Amino acid sequence: MTKAVNESLPTSAVTEKIKLSLTKRHRSEMMFKSTGLAAVVLGFILVFVLLFDITSKALPAFHQHWVQLEVDFSEDNLRYSEGISLEDLRYRSTLRKAIANQFPDVKSRRDKRKLYGLYSTNAEFAIKDFLIANPNTLDTIQNIWVRVDDDVDIYLKETTSLGEPLVRVDVKEAQWIKSLVETGRIDKRFNIEFFTSSDSREPELAGVRGALTGTMLTMLVTLALSFPLGVAAALYLEEFAPKNKWTDMIEVNINNLAAVPSIIFGLLGLAVIINIFGLPRSAPLVGGIVLTLMTLPTIIIASRASIKAVPPSIREAATGLGASKIQTTFSHVLPMAMPGILTGTIIGMAQALGETAPLLMIGMVAFIVDVPASITDASTVMPVQIFLWADSPERGFLAKTSAAILVLLGFLFLMNASAAYLRRRFESK
Amino acid sequence: MVDIISAKSLGSNDIKIEGAVGEPFCDDAKMSMRNVDVFYGDNQAIHDISFDLEKNQVTALIGPSGCGKSTFLRCLNRMNDLIPICNVKGSLQLDGEEIYGKQMDPVLLRARVGMVFQKPNPFPKSIYENVAYGPKIHGLATDKAELDEIVETSLIKAGLFNEVKDRLDSPGTGLSGGQQQRLCIARTIAVSPEVILMDEPASALDPIATAVIEELIHELKEKYTIAIVTHSMQQAARVSQKTAYFHLGQLVEMGDTKQIFTNPSHELTENYISGRFG
Repeated sequence: MTKAVNESLPTSAVTEKIKLSLTKRHRSEMMFKSTGLAAVVLGFILVFVLLFDITSKALPAFHQHWVQLEVDFSEDNLRYSEGISLEDLRYRSTLRKAIANQFPDVKSRRDKRKLYGLYSTNAEFAIKDFLIANPNTLDTIQNIWVRVDDDVDIYLKETTSLGEPLVRVDVKEAQWIKSLVETGRIDKRFNIEFFTSSDSREPELAGVRGALTGTMLTMLVTLALSFPLGVAAALYLEEFAPKNKWTDMIEVNINNLAAVPSIIFGLLGLAVIINIFGLPRSAPLVGGIVLTLMTLPTIIIASRASIKAVPPSIREAATGLGASKIQTTFSHVLPMAMPGILTGTIIGMAQALGETAPLLMIGMVAFIVDVPASITDASTVMPVQIFLWADSPERGFLAKTSAAILVLLGFLFLMNASAAYLRRRFESK
Repeated sequence: MVDIISAKSLGSNDIKIEGAVGEPFCDDAKMSMRNVDVFYGDNQAIHDISFDLEKNQVTALIGPSGCGKSTFLRCLNRMNDLIPICNVKGSLQLDGEEIYGKQMDPVLLRARVGMVFQKPNPFPKSIYENVAYGPKIHGLATDKAELDEIVETSLIKAGLFNEVKDRLDSPGTGLSGGQQQRLCIARTIAVSPEVILMDEPASALDPIATAVIEELIHELKEKYTIAIVTHSMQQAARVSQKTAYFHLGQLVEMGDTKQIFTNPSHELTENYISGRFG
């Protein structure tokens, strides 16, 4: 009908009609384009603000102030005599004497205690380690650099006029700090210890190495379990399993599993893996198993989709040549599906990397100072460490929290980059 | 499906098919099929077809779309096994061995009965890898030199060697459509099959590439028995010695190509080749 009407119109009238609809079509196209662009720009701005905020807050954590002490390692001070191990000497009193020597004017007990508080509690062990490493310095006077207390560190980083009190540093303390700075006994150094030491109650001593190692071990366990299991399950379901109501039911359940709140997996890990199978608490092994349960559905769903996307003509070609099912699957279908499988895996792993809730349930939230050496050692992971530090009252942990977030983001970035590299290699084949 | 309906609407349904006319059988048969029925679920696609593929001859299967010629071709090396609802009845024999028999391993069958598909489907690997894959999985070469030789002779036989000899390591998917199809033929003959099934091998190619493929089919029949499904009657007339005309899942007529195209016995065949439908 319409066709007949249009044919009866002169050509120009049809053109006019099309022109009329054209403006409308172009407008809707423009609208869609600009909305899309706005969404992208907004996303970029948000990411930029987030990164800028975290980075600016994290920067102070990468530097640490040190103070120089003139320590008198005399046998008298240390109460040293022949036959006593260097481990058992009187380091605390030696340290206090060294501190008191820097400020001979401070006399009262209360002021002295305040004065000792300017130095990290770790200073005592720092001079002990120094002497044990250099036993020939016994009976000499040495200049040793030790960390300042976290409050002093923050004061030095934040103060605009040295000598004035600020937050947790009072007038007296501010004056002492000023005199130390003026005599050149304070030095600002790159805080390498942030990467080489583990968690501590003292912010100036706390580092991410333990949590980072824990994260690596946990991710390793997760990858080693979830990748082969997920890919094998996807291959079986797509290529080998008969299509019946049982496989339909399995598919529905896998999709449901992907939507289960992660803390449920933590409870499962606690109830089954720790309580029934008796695996150690707080261990990356258990964390990895729990995160595998969480990651598996993601990997299976992504892998199935990408296996399904392999053109059937490739399967036909291989089958037509006399390749068996297994040969077709492993030499043609799997390599072609690999880029998609890797994308799914990296999404699952990134999810697992940022997961906190299920790990709380299996005890990875414990305060652990040692760096885990194996997957059965007690450890914690980066997101939990961030959670713990964010929860700490000390102000020194504020910058540490942001710095830990940066480290976590860096780790994620490395993981994604390596996956992108692998994907490119599979695609170019 | 549309084609079946259009064939019906042209009144062809009123014309009775009572067993195939012509000469469907021969003395020197490489493959012989007797009373073959094929079902997709409850839907019968092939009705009681019997004929022989003569040794070292090209047999063309022609007929309107949806008449079951591709389905039938895919029964000959059990490619229909990939379709779970497909069910084949009757007797299909290769050199007297039952194709659907218990003793027949489909992997061995497909090595003996190779297939070239409608759309060129090289593996996304190098040209060399494409041709070498079949000999590799069947263990036909004992060392690298032998494999190189198989790849080279197969490419020469497929008339592709001169065009690709300098870039055997470049991906097979980077070739032109006609070259890809010849690569697929090289890949098929690298396994040294006895029979080659071709499912509209030139339908996606231009006339020049088609001519090259047809020339190739001529040469291949010296060594192999070939069955080719085609929509082009000119092509069937050019390349084949025997022609079988399929209609709605039945074999209507079979005989020497010359005779089918000049003097068909059945009304349906005549309608089809004279271009009245299909």
